[in-house]
Amino acid sequence: MDTFGLLAQGMVAALQWQNLIYALIGVTLGTAVGVLPGIGPALTVALLLPVTYRLDAAGSLIMFAGIYYGGMYGGSTTSILLNTPGESASIVTALEGNKMARKGRGGPALATAAIGSFVAGLIATLALAFVAPWVVKFALAFGPAEYFALMVLAFITVSAAFGDSAVRGLTALFIGLGLGIIGIDQQTGQSRLAFGVLDLLDGIEVTTLAVALFAIGETLKIAADRNQVKEEVMAVKGSVWMTKEDWKRSWIPWLRGTAIGFPIGAMPAGGADVSSFLSYSAEKSFAKHPEEFGHGAIEGVAGPEAANNASAAGTLVPLLTLGLPTTATAAIMLAGFQQFGLQPGPLLFANNANLVWALIASLLVANFMLIVLNLPLIGLWVKLLTIPKPWLYGGILVFATLGTLGANGAMSGHIGPISFSFELVLLLAFGVLGYLLRRFGYPIAPVVVGLILGPMAEQQLRRALAISQGDVTILFHSPIAITLYVVTAIAVLLPLFMRLRGKGQVLGQLASDED
Amino acid sequence: MNKLLLAALISGAMAVPAFAADYTIMAPAAPGGGWDQTARTMQEALQSSGISGNVQVTNVPGAGGTIGLAQFVNQSAGNPNALIVGGYVMVGAILTNASPVTLEEVTPIARLTGEAVAIVVPKNSDLKTLADLVAKLKADAGSVSWAGGSAGGADHITAGLIAKTVGVDPTTINYIAYSGGGEALAAVLGAQVTAGISGYSEFASQIEAGELRLLAVSSDERIPGVDAPTLREAGVDMALQNWRMVAAAPGITAEQKAAISADIEKMVNSDAWKTALETKGWVNTYLAGDAFDVQLDADIGATEAILKDIGLVQ
Repeated sequence: MDTFGLLAQGMVAALQWQNLIYALIGVTLGTAVGVLPGIGPALTVALLLPVTYRLDAAGSLIMFAGIYYGGMYGGSTTSILLNTPGESASIVTALEGNKMARKGRGGPALATAAIGSFVAGLIATLALAFVAPWVVKFALAFGPAEYFALMVLAFITVSAAFGDSAVRGLTALFIGLGLGIIGIDQQTGQSRLAFGVLDLLDGIEVTTLAVALFAIGETLKIAADRNQVKEEVMAVKGSVWMTKEDWKRSWIPWLRGTAIGFPIGAMPAGGADVSSFLSYSAEKSFAKHPEEFGHGAIEGVAGPEAANNASAAGTLVPLLTLGLPTTATAAIMLAGFQQFGLQPGPLLFANNANLVWALIASLLVANFMLIVLNLPLIGLWVKLLTIPKPWLYGGILVFATLGTLGANGAMSGHIGPISFSFELVLLLAFGVLGYLLRRFGYPIAPVVVGLILGPMAEQQLRRALAISQGDVTILFHSPIAITLYVVTAIAVLLPLFMRLRGKGQVLGQLASDED
Repeated sequence: MNKLLLAALISGAMAVPAFAADYTIMAPAAPGGGWDQTARTMQEALQSSGISGNVQVTNVPGAGGTIGLAQFVNQSAGNPNALIVGGYVMVGAILTNASPVTLEEVTPIARLTGEAVAIVVPKNSDLKTLADLVAKLKADAGSVSWAGGSAGGADHITAGLIAKTVGVDPTTINYIAYSGGGEALAAVLGAQVTAGISGYSEFASQIEAGELRLLAVSSDERIPGVDAPTLREAGVDMALQNWRMVAAAPGITAEQKAAISADIEKMVNSDAWKTALETKGWVNTYLAGDAFDVQLDADIGATEAILKDIGLVQ
């Protein structure tokens, strides 16, 4: 069956009322967390993982994807009205968007962001539908050596290529890799670093680590933050609608942003942050009135907002076809697939075609829901910003703890007569780790990616070496692997070069602290 | 919050001693796997045929079932309503993980289903028959890479036993473990490995599509409708079946065991169970009572021996 047929079949599934409800819950939650600064799609999906443990697999995944898309929409609202990005991917939007709001043009800024997100989401999701089957065919040729090369590339781009310090990124990555070693080794069945603790035999739960680092860590950081400045929310004055001039100046940036965002998201090379930044630079250099940039140029909102949505769709390409997460949200969505016994990768398209195409089709549906949620209902979302932080984070703590208790929280630990939940102890310990990482400026995403991809990379490396009976050259045997290593080398060397040339600041702005 | 309330209500309801025939079945694996499917199929068969009014399934995944087994032994002792699903993989996992809890501590009720292990090669492979594979194995054991399920499981043990039977040192086999036959499938299809070894059902669709060549199956007799010899017919004198079983809690009385055994026998003979086995392609290998106890002991002994031979257990 061709892509259109599969997509149509997926659309039938996506339009079932249960799936529509899951999608609606997803995009609503996603928009809400996108609007709220400090809370993002990664944290939200992580919190929901334990709760959805027993729900329908397709529905839950549709909801997660809806949250991801919604987060990208919602983030812009906060950037424009508050000058604080709701999402790391919306940092750039604040540059021009907030200036527009201050000039009383908040409405058109929000409109171009929402419509741009819609256009980009629609085109990029269709691109996902057409590119993914092609990548799947390609991916079947991937053996252990190629997968290992791919994971090395992912490790480097997630940890070292962006951000202001490669050392910090790598440190975070190795914490994750170290945690990934715990448990039973798949190749030999022997337990490693479990110290006789039964709960550790199966390794560290990705959900527990993610919830701890994102939810508990962020809460502790907010609680410890002494200078909590009250920020001014700009009211939306005047017409929400864009003028003819606004439309004329927006549509090319929307398309250009999509063209930049999708491939960047699809490559294992950092997520939405990078693409929105690149789109901003592109718009600035193509603009007819470059002098307006920095004073509220609508192109500077339209382009990056389209780019970050397109890259969210792009991220799903390596996730679905190769099982390779390239952002924190994607990493946690991968854990979501695994919790339902599904392994993303080329075989997912063969064995669970219905689920995959329902998921892709429902992203199109979600996109329509989001434009409705975000344009007419914008006033509602702005009210969210008035919720006092202690209430918000108090609720998150309770939810994180209950979720962990519900999923894996058996009272399995014993000190004398006292029973306790080992998983909860892990949650709190990793929460403190998450706080310390944030406190000292270490990125969080590489830890989670390390825990998920580390064991996979190890297995692939050992399988490759077992097949070749110890001959290391198998790793550089195929053109695919060699290409991947060359890209990896570029990803290491280019930032080094840029830092030497005094352009480190640009990289610092690209720091992906996606939470 | 509603979910929590519901959970509280359900656990409250379970605490009330209801009908003696109500069961809680533990699947010591994640939802979706073989043990989980067995537990849920039992749940459906027990309920729809009226043997039990209320059957709950709980999942405790991890470590080849040993985490669930340990929890079952600790929490269910003396409880005549508690059942656990297990199987051949658990026997191996208990040994390789040096699990503090073993199958000796539960009350085995019956073997329920079984599946033959299939040995396949990619369609373009030079190896046309099992004899070709054995010849290659004898010439250089390391040159034959086997892709199959987790280390120490039925797939791994079959590969080890084949080597041992044909006189090759089992410690030299080049076994590459995947998390399951499905994941190993990609490696075989892509001709990354010499051969694939896993449950027949994992490979069935690709064998029918002509992508894989089936060299032999490990059962005592040929699988009906499948054109492939048994290992014995192909000149390797061994047979192995990857079976699944159900066991009851430790410390129950003989009467309680008899009552459970009677319920399980009724379930195995129910139409619901038979239909489910047919749709899932499982073979009914029901074996209960003393005969099962003897068979289980023999399997545990043989597994321990082969795991030592392969070098997974010291």
